[in-house]
Amino acid sequence: MQLESKIPSGPIEQAWDKARFDMKLVNPANKRKYSVIVVGSGLAGASASATLAELGYNVTCLCFQGSPRRAHSIAAQGGINAAKNYQNDGDSVYRLFYDTVKGGDFRAREANVYRLAQISTAIIDQATAQGVPFAREYGGTLSNRSFGGAQVSRTFYARGQTGQQLLLGAYQALERQVHAGGVTMLANTEMLDLVVIDGRARGIVARNLLTGKIESRVADAVILGTGGYGNVYYLSTNAKGSNCTAIWRAHKKGAAFANPCFTQIHPTCIPVSGDYQSKLTLMSESLRNDGRIWVPLRAGDKRPADQIPESERDYYLERRYPSFGNLVPRDVASRNAKAVCDDGRGVGESGLGVYLDFADSIKRLGRQAIVERYGNLFEMYARITGEDPYKVPMRIFPAIHYTMGGLWVDYQLMSTIPGLFVIGEANFSDHGANRLGASALMQGLSDGYFVIPYTLGNYLANAKIEKLDTAHDEFRAAESAVTAMTQRLLAINGNRTVASFHRELGKIMWDYCGMSRTAAGLETAIRKIRSLRDDFWANVKVAGTAEGLNQSLEGAGRVADFFELAELMCIDALERNESCGGHFREEFQTPDGEALRDDENYSYVAAWEYGGPGGCPVLNREPLEFHYVHPSQRSYK
Amino acid sequence: MSIQMSSTAVESHRSRASRFYAAPVGKKAVMAVTGIILFGFVVGHLAGNLQIFEGPHKLDSYAAFLKATPVLLWGTRVILLASVILHIAASIQLAQMKRAARPVSYVKKDNSHSSFASRSMIWSGMVVAFFVVFHLLHFTIGALQPNFDGTTVFINIVHAFESIPVSLFYVFAMLLLGTHLYHGLYSMFQTLGANHPSYTPVIKRVAIAGAVLITAGFIAIPVGVLAGVIHT
Amino acid sequence: MNLTLHVWRQKNASDKGRMTRYEAKDVNPDMSFLEMLDVVNEELILRGGDSISFDHDCREGVCGSCGFMINGVAHGPSHGTAVCQLHMRHYKDGDVLFLEPWRARAFPVVKDLYVDRKALDRIIAAGGYISVSTGSAPDGNAILVPKDKSDRAMDAAACIGCGACVAACPNASAALFTGAKVSHLGLLPQGQPERAQRALNMVAQAAAEGFGHCTNIGECEAVCPKEIRLEVIARMNRDFFKASWTRRDKALAGSEA
Ligand SMILES: Cc1cc2nc3c(=O)[nH]c(=O)nc-3n(C[C@H](O)[C@H](O)[C@H](O)COP(=O)(O)OP(=O)(O)OC[C@H]3O[C@@H](n4cnc5c(N)ncnc54)[C@H](O)[C@@H]3O)c2cc1C
Ligand code: HEM
Ligand code: HEM
Ligand code: SF4
Ligand code: F3S
Ligand code: FES
Repeated sequence: MQLESKIPSGPIEQAWDKARFDMKLVNPANKRKYSVIVVGSGLAGASASATLAELGYNVTCLCFQGSPRRAHSIAAQGGINAAKNYQNDGDSVYRLFYDTVKGGDFRAREANVYRLAQISTAIIDQATAQGVPFAREYGGTLSNRSFGGAQVSRTFYARGQTGQQLLLGAYQALERQVHAGGVTMLANTEMLDLVVIDGRARGIVARNLLTGKIESRVADAVILGTGGYGNVYYLSTNAKGSNCTAIWRAHKKGAAFANPCFTQIHPTCIPVSGDYQSKLTLMSESLRNDGRIWVPLRAGDKRPADQIPESERDYYLERRYPSFGNLVPRDVASRNAKAVCDDGRGVGESGLGVYLDFADSIKRLGRQAIVERYGNLFEMYARITGEDPYKVPMRIFPAIHYTMGGLWVDYQLMSTIPGLFVIGEANFSDHGANRLGASALMQGLSDGYFVIPYTLGNYLANAKIEKLDTAHDEFRAAESAVTAMTQRLLAINGNRTVASFHRELGKIMWDYCGMSRTAAGLETAIRKIRSLRDDFWANVKVAGTAEGLNQSLEGAGRVADFFELAELMCIDALERNESCGGHFREEFQTPDGEALRDDENYSYVAAWEYGGPGGCPVLNREPLEFHYVHPSQRSYK
Repeated sequence: MSIQMSSTAVESHRSRASRFYAAPVGKKAVMAVTGIILFGFVVGHLAGNLQIFEGPHKLDSYAAFLKATPVLLWGTRVILLASVILHIAASIQLAQMKRAARPVSYVKKDNSHSSFASRSMIWSGMVVAFFVVFHLLHFTIGALQPNFDGTTVFINIVHAFESIPVSLFYVFAMLLLGTHLYHGLYSMFQTLGANHPSYTPVIKRVAIAGAVLITAGFIAIPVGVLAGVIHT
Repeated sequence: MNLTLHVWRQKNASDKGRMTRYEAKDVNPDMSFLEMLDVVNEELILRGGDSISFDHDCREGVCGSCGFMINGVAHGPSHGTAVCQLHMRHYKDGDVLFLEPWRARAFPVVKDLYVDRKALDRIIAAGGYISVSTGSAPDGNAILVPKDKSDRAMDAAACIGCGACVAACPNASAALFTGAKVSHLGLLPQGQPERAQRALNMVAQAAAEGFGHCTNIGECEAVCPKEIRLEVIARMNRDFFKASWTRRDKALAGSEA
């Protein structure tokens, strides 16, 4: 497999301009003749669909939810970065670029990141003009905050609902185009296969989730903006429906999957309370600004928090990282929480939790100040746990939150299948081995509003695309494959529910391919996944029929794909003999327990090619070069 | 399956007024404006009627004055009639919309966050309409009163309310008028777009007070007759 | 704790549907309401039945997917809470719960508790946006917005499009939803150029979808998980009246094309 990154030559500052100038343009009168399928209506998909339709392309947009506005981007809380430097505190495009490459632990492509930083400012302008109600100062200007330990205030936010507001902006732009006839919106529709004809992505097969009908659609190009695959762990901060089906099935049709093992674990989530737990809820990271994290010094200390005297508490982050304290980056905070819990010092019934204590802040700043800063978060915590965080310390625990890995794309966001583009969290592009807070929203919108409209045009103008319709053999074949899989799932009629398999898969992944990984553990995981997968195909019980709404069937198809992806994640983690960003291999750490990168041997993107059913995936390497930001060891001591 | 656009909105060939009325918000505005007119009449009518407590002369001369000023009398009648027709027509159309909007009703529905008055405007309105018809036959035309005397309102009233069933019916109708006004007085502000966190609570209180005072004022008349405070 | 559930079961849009009784045993008070239903569903499936369908996705109270009636109250008894954020500790052993789908002509039942709410999208498509194509925006700080206006716009923009307001309204009116969007955009300077047309089109679309009208009853406000205020309806009415009587038809006809 050829991995051509297509990074423009010359200075990085001019790369994007140069790339745009070199692109062929589609004659405006011809745009209407081109049809594009956009799978996904999150920030990436909705912004792409709206913008492409504004340009005149004939767009069809899909989402599995009942409305495009319900895509999981809606749940993002904290904010979106942009190098506006409105605060005059020294930010710049270059600094955002630098921070992102470094934050990604030197496993991202410099040119992509630079472009992202450049475009970031236009996103804020666009969103503001659309009526996104960003927080403001009394003078009417936009307000910023510092987020996730950044040294500058470059994060724009709309209360704790930044993702919701940005998505509504994109969704409204999308609905405007639906009204104008430029976009055909297919909600409640799930893509189940990609159709590749003569080496090009030419359409999809999808299931109408309300009627059960399997339908094919032809297009001149297909864009996937289907979000992350964190739900492979069953419990994550993703939505219940978030899945890997679209990217996984595209992978099976030839799209390389890059860095699948790079997952991000968020340190401040509400801990699991029981087996029935269906998802995890994120608590904003900002809580770490005023809360102090601790566990009892002694393992197995089950006394309530207020009966543990100061001298018997371990403020382990403050102890280990005196200069950053509770504000160390996400991966460091998460790993340390796991370590103390592994020591048997975790709190709460399950022992999987650490305290985030506001008692000192309340004493120092007064209760009112805390109410003002975190009132709604405290309320949410109380609602979910039934405990009052003003009185007892919060319990938090890390949770799977984001997947940096995804389908491999070149600088033009095109996958290894010509005509198949991938945007947003679904691609691997900009965050390397670890994503900075408030950068995913930025990336999704950058891809959708400002990158894909150019690069898609370039592809269409250059490609000779044949006219064809869904009567083509490849469509027929894909439809029957999809139908056969549905029938097979329904026919098993075993004795275990889909959810129980998914829970067990998630547990394996969390235990062996979660916050810290070992070669032996990963090998065990691969074995366990394979046998559980066989069990799934022999014993799963799916309710209902192929007709009409069938949520059990939808779940089964998604879990079937998670099994396969899970294995690839473990293989990737096993292959990467280093620790970097969210990928921590216990064998590779510094004497004091920090991640130890191996730039000599692993400064590459691992792009996996599908090895066929039961076959071995093939590794392709895209070497990474750093001309601007030089790899260094991160240190937060 | 693509989304079918139901034809949107504003067709430009229709007249401004008919387009306005075609929208439910437009119908509501008509209800609110006619409601204000009807409310104005009710207040004026109550003020006139309460003169009964000052004895026959006062009331009869007020009635005579009205009769002697046909412009005022007929002017009011025309406006009232038009208002009633519009108010009722709109209310019926809206009631039909409501029925169509929820073809299958709930097995269980909790409405504890709203007032009974707000949910039964169409019923309280219909009782009031029925009452007005009865009332016109009673006092204006006299068809229901055996010894109706077109020249003395005072005596007609007293005679009428000496009948307990008639008085009871009046009291009942007045109570429903009260609930109608209780919601209507607040509602018309909201309909016409006046809602403000500092004024709306005041409007709500004024609406309650207004409804109670008007109801009490009207009820005082039959009660006064039965109690013998008002007598011939 | 043990609960008795009476759940609306309806196979598809053409089925008549009926209430069916289920026993939920050993419900843990820390569960969310939807997790309780997940458990009931797993048992149902293992016993060879069909699971109870209900829409949901984020389970964080923000996507607007979830929602059904619990004992006649949209999203259940907890104020300002979508049903995915409702926890079982609000109930006690022996409680009897009636679960029904949102009921409105504009929200056809797909199956059980799952309704189709695309009508709300069409109301937005009729005008719930600011027409600014990508690339044509001025600098973010070129548009100054007074903080108080911006905060109020945000209050209205918090609507998650769940449709509980419609479900609770005795008239099945979408006034709160529509008013929220009209207010969000109408409060901002960016929203002014299309303000009149927006109100006219969205109000008309809501009626065309078969939603009822608003008679200011106020049940909607009480169940709204985002605590959207009735004030937004008054604002929508105001914009509608102003637009109806002041617009110039020629100019409008042009802008509609
Ligand atoms: C709780 C939470 C908080 C976050 N907070 C922040 C933050 O503060 N700042 C930040 O920058 N980032 C944040 N993130 C990350 C960020 O929100 C996401 O990475 C980003 O929104 C992803 O956008 P997307 O468009 O790629 O995907 P999504 O928004 O997930 O959209 C995926 C779309 O694809 C569709 N889809 C998926 N599969 C199929 C299929 N098979 N067929 C058809 N359609 C399909 C879905 O229907 C949906 O429309 C947060 C994430 C979470 C979970
Ligand atoms: C106890 C209460 C009431 C009394 C004693 C009363 C008395 C009267 C009398 C005596 C008349 C005839 C006046 C005349 O012919 O000169 C009259 C007319 C009328 N009343 Fe009442 N009334 C009462 C309540 C109401 C109410 C509540 C309404 C409306 C909701 C109402 C509506 C009317 C109308 C429409 C007329 C006809 C006016 C006209 O001739 O144009 N009345 N009333
Ligand atoms: C003296 C007579 C009446 C008065 C003073 C009166 C007054 C009002 C007022 C002020 C409103 C509020 C309008 C709004 O919400 O904007 C109202 C609403 C209403 N009225 Fe009347 N009304 C009267 C008679 C009637 C009659 C005779 C009927 C019907 C048969 C009626 C039916 C209604 C209904 C259904 C509403 C609610 C409409 C809505 O809010 O959509 N009313 N009325
Ligand atoms: S206004 Fe409230 S109840 Fe109505 S759709 Fe929006 S959030 Fe839901
Ligand atoms: S309950 Fe209904 S009547 Fe209006 S105020 Fe709310 S929409
Ligand atoms: S599931 Fe998203 S709001 Fe309840």
